[in-house]
Amino acid sequence: MRESMRQLIKNPIFKRKETFLALIIIALGTYLSLATTDFLTVANLLDVLVNYSFLGIMSAGMLIVLISGGIDISFTAIATVGQYAMALYIINYGGNLFLAFLIAGVIGVVLGCINGFLIDYLKVPAIIVTIATLNLHYGVLITITKGRWIYGFPEWFRNIPSLFGSGGSGSYALSLPVILLVAVYLFTAFFLNRTTLGRQIYAMGGNQEAAQRLGVNIRKLKIFVYGFMGLVSGIASVIQAQLVQTVAPNAIVGRELDVVAAVVLGGASLAGGTGTVVGTALGVSLIAMMGNGLTLLGISSYWHQVFLGAVIVISVGVTSYSRRRGTQVRRIQVDGE
Amino acid sequence: MLKAVRKSILQSGSDLKTLALLIVILLIAFGVILPGKFLTTRNFQSMAFQLPELGLLAIAMAVVMLTGGINLSIIATANACGIVIATILTHTVSRDASIAASIGPLLLAVLAGFAVSALIGLINGLFIAYVGVSPILATLGTMTIVEGISVLVTRGRVISGFPELLLTIGNSSVLGIPVSFLIFIIAAWLVTILLERTPFGLAVYMMGSNETATEFSGINVRRVTVLLYGLSGLLCGISSLIMVSRFNSARVGYGASYLLITVLACVLGGLNPDGGFGRIVGLVLGLGVLQMMSSGLNLLGFSAHLTEALWGVIILVILFLRRARGKGLGFGLQPPRRGKEAMQ
Repeated sequence: MRESMRQLIKNPIFKRKETFLALIIIALGTYLSLATTDFLTVANLLDVLVNYSFLGIMSAGMLIVLISGGIDISFTAIATVGQYAMALYIINYGGNLFLAFLIAGVIGVVLGCINGFLIDYLKVPAIIVTIATLNLHYGVLITITKGRWIYGFPEWFRNIPSLFGSGGSGSYALSLPVILLVAVYLFTAFFLNRTTLGRQIYAMGGNQEAAQRLGVNIRKLKIFVYGFMGLVSGIASVIQAQLVQTVAPNAIVGRELDVVAAVVLGGASLAGGTGTVVGTALGVSLIAMMGNGLTLLGISSYWHQVFLGAVIVISVGVTSYSRRRGTQVRRIQVDGE
Repeated sequence: MLKAVRKSILQSGSDLKTLALLIVILLIAFGVILPGKFLTTRNFQSMAFQLPELGLLAIAMAVVMLTGGINLSIIATANACGIVIATILTHTVSRDASIAASIGPLLLAVLAGFAVSALIGLINGLFIAYVGVSPILATLGTMTIVEGISVLVTRGRVISGFPELLLTIGNSSVLGIPVSFLIFIIAAWLVTILLERTPFGLAVYMMGSNETATEFSGINVRRVTVLLYGLSGLLCGISSLIMVSRFNSARVGYGASYLLITVLACVLGGLNPDGGFGRIVGLVLGLGVLQMMSSGLNLLGFSAHLTEALWGVIILVILFLRRARGKGLGFGLQPPRRGKEAMQ
């Protein structure tokens, strides 16, 4: 928390968007705790955290990709490939949790790095390359597996949450998804703010040409950025498989834009160069709270997407409008001098 | 002067040649592998039945891509239009109404549907031009809202039961050519004229190269943007009419897999995703390549998903070839790309 507070104070540009988001979340949280009895309970909040950990973990990778000035559409297919390979291996050959993450993670990193290389080598917008690789990975996976679902995970894979915390079904132990979510966020925040590579990614997203002239190795950086996206996709895919105890090839693909929306809601810009982990966490929290809140308030699930869409439109609208007004004012001032 | 500008913008001859060559290669290859199956009237007719939906959606994507934009809401728009058409029809005429009795309601339904789809497009344009939201985010937002409202209105259910007249649009032929294919060709032709023969079209191409310069040359950039996204929405509506007619039903989520394919089709067809370059005729050839691959592989007994994978491969191969030719994306005049602008 201190880390994030310092960050807020240090970056006046980000200050507004994130403070604004935090205020909305506090307001929404206050309303929900007054309007419903179930919202402000440890059990509910932990449930929400677990349910959205998958989206949250992926959003950390997407944040770095957006900061670098790119976008990744293919990570859902990468996650699915990693998840499928991991499931086949541990069901047929056994293994342990570490191995499960290792398999999905390595596949994610390799496929992600290929994305990064192609994007830099072909000099084509990232969205085009990753749409192509999305089709490629997903098409090959479905062709080979014929779209079969996988069930019947080994016993140890089914009872993971009890490995952590004080055990017992009645207690509110911190489960694996939550721990991993926090770990991924902390690592991403540390990486972006405290390492040279992290700062170089901001520089590249802000102005690639300038970063290159400063001696930043653009190709290496892009391979890293998309490799990291692949890694978190692999991690998230194992979490997702653990939660639902099945692997369905079509469970994750199609949710690309949800993750982008969450990160953009958190203040990252598609133009690159801006975005923070705190903002992303707040963006994901807002989406999670909204979904949970609407359910608790008994509002028909048919309304959920309308609300989500309205929040996205208002959020990007307000951000763009204030940015545009900001630049206009500056332009006038320059003219006046 | 204008002619010279136009000529330089439209020069993508080598790309058209590559695509035409690719089509010839595919024709020969599938003709040899599948004797008596691929090069038949029946196969070409079935391809002509399948192409228009994706084709019209791809044109909807292409027109905004020429300004460097993108429209993620095309599928949501098309389905919303389909739902409007379906709802009006099911409430006004019975399934077995005569042609004379169903022509009025059908016209009303189609006009209302087109109006809704064009309106969604115009809203996109207003967001982008006047609020200053980047196209990808504006259309992501409208996609989510429009889809949400469609789910809310239909409760996710399928709407079906239309008069015969509607079904003939997507399922009948004139002189052996499917009506839907004729609609597609006419739409492609009209859009080509609009883009290549009118001041509006020139403004679109110029905006794709340099929006600020275009604005300073006295063009109302905002107005062009709004109208262009409106056109994109309208094209989704036309596609949706064919979709409703072919599926004999309307529902949220039809054609969802087309969204990203349209982007690939545009790039394959030689459109520059940063805007400013590319022609509809290239897109039509690119769509032809995709459709022939899909039909040929289907006749060979491969799954639709393998086709999708191969589409991905062919795009990457084409991009590699363009890179190897040392022309970046392979367009005559390549504007300098700046990191900031690349994805906006």
